[in-house]
Amino acid sequence: MKERPELTTEVLNKDEIVSTPFVSALKQVSPIIMGYVPVGAAFGVLAHKTGLSMLSTLLMSTIVFAGSAQLIAVALFAAGVPPVSIIATTFVVNLRHLLMSASLAPNLKGWKKWELALFSFEITDESFAVHSARFARGDNSKSVTFLINVLAQISWIIASWVGFLTGSAIPDIKPLGIDYALPAMFIALLVMQTKHKLHVFVAGFTGLTAIALIQAGADQWAVIIATVIGATVGAGVESWMKK
Amino acid sequence: MDEKIVILTMVGMMLVTYIPRVAPMLALASKTLPEPMVRWLSYVPTAVLSAMLFPSLVLKENSLDFSAENYFLWAAIPAFLLAWKTKSFFGTVALGMVLVAAGRYFFG
Repeated sequence: MKERPELTTEVLNKDEIVSTPFVSALKQVSPIIMGYVPVGAAFGVLAHKTGLSMLSTLLMSTIVFAGSAQLIAVALFAAGVPPVSIIATTFVVNLRHLLMSASLAPNLKGWKKWELALFSFEITDESFAVHSARFARGDNSKSVTFLINVLAQISWIIASWVGFLTGSAIPDIKPLGIDYALPAMFIALLVMQTKHKLHVFVAGFTGLTAIALIQAGADQWAVIIATVIGATVGAGVESWMKK
Repeated sequence: MDEKIVILTMVGMMLVTYIPRVAPMLALASKTLPEPMVRWLSYVPTAVLSAMLFPSLVLKENSLDFSAENYFLWAAIPAFLLAWKTKSFFGTVALGMVLVAAGRYFFG
């Protein structure tokens, strides 16, 4: 986002303040929304079939807000798994956000504690991907940051609600390729953050490590372990090259 | 299903999800971090995005799929090229979706 060096007319500037962060956030969040709507609706359908109430369904999308963990939790509820196991599984599935939170943190110096706490509540794989690319290019406008998070979560909550209400009457989105919105977004955001050859190496190496880990049966741990190994290799090679 | 138990379970899920999301942020945002840690963290976005993306392109139900019908994989190649050449966020998302949709339309 470009900073206006001076205010020319008050009206123009006010207009910019009102519309630009919203438009900017909307643009950047739109692939996330395309990705969330079908998955959120699928969660709603599943929650309904499992016998969760509408309140519980919407509450989960509001207070947990984690796609894969919510789908897994509903399946576990359906299977009659004890609550402690459901909570433990959720913990493992969502632990990767720890790394995302740590890597975003240095970009948010000067934010108040409550702002950081609020922002962190809505860290997901997708919002992390968008924010890390934004922060890397120096765009850490608070309003755009919060708008992206809030719009993403609203779309998730509404989608789970619609899924709950309509059941399996939701149209098949596969012919439209909408289920590719998020993978394609990850491709764009990954490329945007690839600045050196070493990044390309780390990307390939980490990707292969994650694939190998999943194939070895470490499904839920694959992202965390591969990321720790990949970042360590990248930082290690960089330190070694500088010597 | 007992609504109270469901809601209590969800509160537990919220805590175990939110704590890892918020703790590093509160601990690290206000500090000046040592150089090796900054360097390590600078590789996390590339690493974590790759760890999430690549398996979704080549694995179908936990096994490698390099068949012609794996549109997610084949659409990724032009999408990567376009992203690299143009840095276009929307162009990449649109191209990827169009290619996957076209693959399904023409080849089933």
